[in-house]
Amino acid sequence: MKFTVNKKEVFASTGGRPFDKKKPLIIFIHGSGLSHITWVLQTRYFAFHGYSVLAIDLPGHGYSEGPALESIEEQGKWIADVIDSVGVKEASLVGHSQGCLVVMECASQFPDKIRSIGLMGGAGAIPMNPELLELAEKGDPKAVDLMMDWAHGPAGHFGGHPVPGLHHINLGGSIVINGSVKNALGVDFRACDNYKNGFEAAKKIKCPAINILGDRDRMCPVKEGKKLADNIKDSEVEVIENCGHMILLEEAGKSLAILKKFIRNNHPVE
Amino acid sequence: MDPKTYKFDTISLHGGYMPSKNAGSRQVPIYQTTSYLFDDVDHAAALFNLEQGGHIYSRISNPTVQVLEERVAALEGGTAALATASGMSAIFLAIMTLCNTGDHVVVSSQLYGGTVNLFRLTLPKFGIKATFVKPRDTEGFKKAIQENTKCIFGELVGNPGNELMNMPEIVKIANEAGIPVIIDSTYQTPYLFKPLEHGADIVVHSLTKWMAGHGSSMAGILVEGGKFDWLKTDKFPTMTEPYEGYHGLSFAEEFGPVAFTMKARAEGMRDMGPCLSPQNAWNVLQGIETLSVRMEKHCSNALKMVEYLSNHKSVAWVSHASLKDNPDYELAKTLLPKGTGSMIAFGIKGGKEAGAAFIDNVKLASHLANVGDTRTLVIHPASATHSQMDEATLKLANMSHDMIRLSVGIEDIDDIINDFEDGFRAAEKPRLVANK
Repeated sequence: MKFTVNKKEVFASTGGRPFDKKKPLIIFIHGSGLSHITWVLQTRYFAFHGYSVLAIDLPGHGYSEGPALESIEEQGKWIADVIDSVGVKEASLVGHSQGCLVVMECASQFPDKIRSIGLMGGAGAIPMNPELLELAEKGDPKAVDLMMDWAHGPAGHFGGHPVPGLHHINLGGSIVINGSVKNALGVDFRACDNYKNGFEAAKKIKCPAINILGDRDRMCPVKEGKKLADNIKDSEVEVIENCGHMILLEEAGKSLAILKKFIRNNHPVE
Repeated sequence: MDPKTYKFDTISLHGGYMPSKNAGSRQVPIYQTTSYLFDDVDHAAALFNLEQGGHIYSRISNPTVQVLEERVAALEGGTAALATASGMSAIFLAIMTLCNTGDHVVVSSQLYGGTVNLFRLTLPKFGIKATFVKPRDTEGFKKAIQENTKCIFGELVGNPGNELMNMPEIVKIANEAGIPVIIDSTYQTPYLFKPLEHGADIVVHSLTKWMAGHGSSMAGILVEGGKFDWLKTDKFPTMTEPYEGYHGLSFAEEFGPVAFTMKARAEGMRDMGPCLSPQNAWNVLQGIETLSVRMEKHCSNALKMVEYLSNHKSVAWVSHASLKDNPDYELAKTLLPKGTGSMIAFGIKGGKEAGAAFIDNVKLASHLANVGDTRTLVIHPASATHSQMDEATLKLANMSHDMIRLSVGIEDIDDIINDFEDGFRAAEKPRLVANK
């Protein structure tokens, strides 16, 4: 659906069901350069099981009006604006990669609005490889190839997508390429690299949290994910074997099962 | 710093498959089953509602077929693929996924005869009409586009005349019109040409041919490029509007770069069901393992045959884009740097009778209705593969009655040439008798 946040048009997938503000709301926040498409194997389930879902395209991504927001702090604030814009008091947030930083920033800045947080591949900081950052800021598509290479574990490189016929790396790459490498991916990478407030934000989080990690994740390794979880008061960690950074797609079924249990416990449908 | 994703030859062998998820089996297992156990009622409902990925019933998807789909998607550079029972069913599924009654498509006139008849006779029964344009008439493609045109369809190198479409220009025309380009890339395989890298949006293959290579199994596939923005206009309601068959799902909104494949599978396989058997998928996978080495030999043998035929006294003309005097020579050099393929069309002096005598007297070359076998194949299209086309359609396809279609195999080239010598000698006899 399309709606307006801060006078700009925003697109969000509602998981195939109409948005209903009376239902508990879950907002899904994608990773660098990506879009709502990455969440399709989580959103439809929740949308058809009593929740309202908004898998948002961050500003300047997917079908949302730009420009992209340049800092994680701004993005965290923007998520709170999304919650207000749709006329809801509170939401659970689920983020992937950069989206985890956004989730933490929002939950720390606006604790009263956030019921629970789910992180996939969450770390307290995401310092960027300088060469990758430079390529992305120049708009070089090689940045996308490198990102897809590093982001995917064995399933991405060999095969076995949870949805028959889909190709992990080419699908992920096309989501980024269909947007703007320079103005979305480049801005996102810079925002991640600049963000130093992750652990401080984590300490301020009051709601329940879960960090779902892949043991083959080269972008947010397990030890970094555990370190982050140690800084969140009420948090748990789940590690999925043989899984890279694209947890939400590489192990869509396992990650959904973990998320289902967590959200049902912490933000149940009444 | 370069990405370490696997390259073409490695993907041909390993793409789409992880032994660790299949009991350590080094070879891809053949999942000879119709259906798959659900964990519980919730799991079943989630699968049926596309909330979760997984297999339900082998008409919709199958683990062996899935390996093939992912492997071909990887080789073509596509976001997703859907394997079908044949190349024809892949084309039919592509058009039925895209079009509604009242829609129109612009189609190259030089296509496999079955494809011509699909567009000329069968699709109009569903209210989908086609305008045929000669492959070299680039401007003609532009002129043929109407308000209700939903795609341009063609073969890069047309069957059987070997004329090339100017794909880069045709892609520009399609982009301006906001419609996708669908390319049947059976003749090229991704070894020679990747249409998606040149701006096509969907690729179809008859995998029966060079991809499988051994003439044993029927199979087809459609591959999605993932770059076409269905939501940019309201021109594609089949992709963008809520679909009653899945509780109001908009495929384009939910699935973006894989929306076309998801729709083709969820609707097309569910309702029409041209599914590929796991055994045939496995057979095709065996072929793909050696795709590069076979294609290299196909192409080198083809070049030698082009030279041989071009200098033969019984041959009136040869059509192959590797020839310098071929109108498509420069375009082929740009688009097909690894080779112009192993299909050769040539005219035999003495016309239809000489052609028949030639075909009846070659022994190594097989006379049959297929192309892309490892073995050399010959046929007289006007009396076989394209015989159901009327004179006007044959003319539009630039097909003459003296044309012989040759699919060069990977036998020893000397043996193929010796066999052809026997054929030409026999073909000359009736002509010599007539001249006396």
